[in-house]
Amino acid sequence: MAAIEAHELFRTYKTHTGTIRRKKKEVEAVRGVSFAVEQGALFGLLGPNGAGKTTTIKMLITLLLPTSGSARVLGLDVVKDAQEVRKRIGYVFGGERGVYERLSGYDNLRYFAELYGVPAKLQKRRIEELLELVGLKDREHERAEGYSRGMKQRLHVARGLLHDPDVVFLDEPTIGLDPVGARELRSMIASLTAAGKTVLLTTHYMFEADALCDRIAVITKGTIVAEGTPADLKRGVEQGNVLEVEVYGVEDETIESVRRLDGVLGVSVEEREQAQLLVVQTQAEAELTSVILGHLNGGQVGRISQREPTLEDAYVALVTEE
Amino acid sequence: MSVLRLVAVAWYLQFKMIMRSPFDGFGNVLYPLFFATTALLVFRAGASPRTLLYAALGAAVMGMWSAVSTSAGSAMQRERWWGTLELLVVAPRHFSLIMLPATLGLATVGVYNLAATLLWGHFVFGIPLTITHPLLFALSVVGTVLAFGGLGLLFAVSFVRFRAAWVLGNFFEYPVWLICGFLVPLALLPGWVRPISWVLAPTWGMSAIRESALGGRPLPDLLLCLGLGLSYVGVAVLVTNRVLYDARGRGTLSLT
Repeated sequence: MAAIEAHELFRTYKTHTGTIRRKKKEVEAVRGVSFAVEQGALFGLLGPNGAGKTTTIKMLITLLLPTSGSARVLGLDVVKDAQEVRKRIGYVFGGERGVYERLSGYDNLRYFAELYGVPAKLQKRRIEELLELVGLKDREHERAEGYSRGMKQRLHVARGLLHDPDVVFLDEPTIGLDPVGARELRSMIASLTAAGKTVLLTTHYMFEADALCDRIAVITKGTIVAEGTPADLKRGVEQGNVLEVEVYGVEDETIESVRRLDGVLGVSVEEREQAQLLVVQTQAEAELTSVILGHLNGGQVGRISQREPTLEDAYVALVTEE
Repeated sequence: MSVLRLVAVAWYLQFKMIMRSPFDGFGNVLYPLFFATTALLVFRAGASPRTLLYAALGAAVMGMWSAVSTSAGSAMQRERWWGTLELLVVAPRHFSLIMLPATLGLATVGVYNLAATLLWGHFVFGIPLTITHPLLFALSVVGTVLAFGGLGLLFAVSFVRFRAAWVLGNFFEYPVWLICGFLVPLALLPGWVRPISWVLAPTWGMSAIRESALGGRPLPDLLLCLGLGLSYVGVAVLVTNRVLYDARGRGTLSLT
């Protein structure tokens, strides 16, 4: 039995536009997401902001009802058996919210230990263990409002593990952390599967998913566009080429016309002070340099270079595909 | 046993948070004194000390009620701002059991309001604080706090479903002063208002506190107050699952 199973999950939000003439609008945040995570695996849901990662995770942890489709965690239905699911899962999200700032780190954990039903005689030991694990020992009696972002994030992780859940959901846990803090947190996440837990991690950092995950699903615009091991995803782009063109003031229509060219796998634009870097991924056999330059309509072009594709390029190609 | 422990620990930590908020604290210190001053100035003209104590007790319960009615809504709103509401919902314990200590914590602040009002009345307006049945008075105060906590829970659960409902907390603050007889005897109100007063625990809590302080039979009122408080908790527990299911369907839990 898979630890997490999502089958054709759809989620639509109803919203309104306008003030006086209010119009109803439906936004499809998740459109037919299916995947399975084996017990003890670390599965990554990778995608850009607004791709549907958080909405998917919230359906799995019983915070949102799917509009259609179904999902099970440890064999329990996330809609019908929500209360049972909650006993078996931990949820950690990134950012500074989700902490009682006026309470100490210790009191935060004490409060949630009660909420998660940790037996009274185990609470003290469990809290001490987790404070040690996340490196908050000696600062636990200070109010959380004085904690750095990284410390709050580690407090989140400790909270999510209080009741020793079998499945842990981590929603962009390293967002906004400095490189050292993020690295420490990643090593902590890696240790979770070593302790036998199943982990579902959402992130928009390709390297993070690559470093941590057994399998990755790339999600964009509410749909999974690729799934496999990091090696599988890398293989998908190893045969291609990447052309980088420094341009000045490139128009959106121009980018679109380049994207539509035969042999082009993906196009992205990186801002570089006054210039932009147009990154075009092409099929290996395609020689498109002159064609692409022709499409730039005589605009000002700087440095041009060609290189081997990276995993990041694979990700960009997947999430920018129409 | 674990339920009692949850309520006790969560109440303590919620109370700790409330007491650490300088703005809440400032409001809690000043608010009841304004109530008391207004009420006592109105009742002072030609009134006996007994009537003044009647008014002081009314003002005291007004303070208690304000602490619950306005704060229950803003407390829920704060959980949304802090991003903790989702964590409370996703916790395995029943949501109403999690919220009850929070609203009881707010109601407990009301005990301070009661004490501050009575002392203000005593030292500034010279009202003799003669409590006829001290033990029953203490029980009535505790019973009223518990019932207010139950009513606060009912509010809090509805605030989960309706994001803007915290405004209703403010709306309910003043009508209850009148409908529940905090300052004016119920007998002076139109007949059609009475049934509304009867189903509101503050009516009976107020009456029990006055009966015990001024000499009377507070027990029936206290029991009614507790019974109604318990029924609010029951209703809140019953509607919680429905409310949460609805909020999960609408996706409003993460909204501020």
